[in-house]
Amino acid sequence: MAKKAKARIKAPKSVTVGEPFEVKTLISHKMESGQRKDKKTGEKIPRMILNKFVASYNDAQIFSADWHPAVSANPYMAFHMIANESGTLELTWTDDEGETFAKSKDIKVG
Amino acid sequence: MSETKQYVSIEMTRRNVLAGGAAAFMGLTLSGLASATPSDVADLVANIAAGQTPQSGKIVLDMPQIAENGNTVPLSVSVESPMTDTDYVKSLHVFAEDNPTPEVASFHFTPMSGLAEVSTRMRMAKTQNIVAVAQMSDGSVFTESVQVKVTIGGCGG
Repeated sequence: MAKKAKARIKAPKSVTVGEPFEVKTLISHKMESGQRKDKKTGEKIPRMILNKFVASYNDAQIFSADWHPAVSANPYMAFHMIANESGTLELTWTDDEGETFAKSKDIKVG
Repeated sequence: MSETKQYVSIEMTRRNVLAGGAAAFMGLTLSGLASATPSDVADLVANIAAGQTPQSGKIVLDMPQIAENGNTVPLSVSVESPMTDTDYVKSLHVFAEDNPTPEVASFHFTPMSGLAEVSTRMRMAKTQNIVAVAQMSDGSVFTESVQVKVTIGGCGG
């Protein structure tokens, strides 16, 4: 995929130990479902979606999602997590060709 | 998140134009494709339940009653659980009974998730039931479904 996917993360600037908080994420991707046809040629447009989303905090996986073509374009994903110490939240998206897109955010506890 | 929202709305407008233009022949293309059926979803749920009868309760499936645009329907699901090391929600699966493919998404939690609550946006081909299935760490299975009416179907998937 030539075009760079643009990702965004929104999380609180500082959080309390053991208190769940919400992380909102967004990535630009057309999520081509494989069901659409090219209007001119009548050919099916091949499927090309992000099929895996993984969230890790300080190298430990805290949440993941498997996506199917029914997930809308420019996938929005909000989930919750708890942090017991300050660290880095790392998000990874993987597409059908195995290409990965990553974005991270530092989270401060206290 | 105003910047984010603006970005999405621009993208969605482009999609709306596409969907509008394609609406006429979409009836043909969609009907020509194999679609999932409620029994396909029942099979998938039975597969997850692995012999158990899924229980009701614990899941709150929050979706609009009427979705004007099937390309992007907000979906929020939460599962009641203490989310401790010994008692937490392992996985949550979402299925659409009448989409071309029934699977929508599967979410996998850990005790560090704190809350088993997720939000995303999904495509819906037409008015149908959305089914959520939760697998708990103790092996029990819960399910919940909700009907969402769709005014303009999402093109594909």
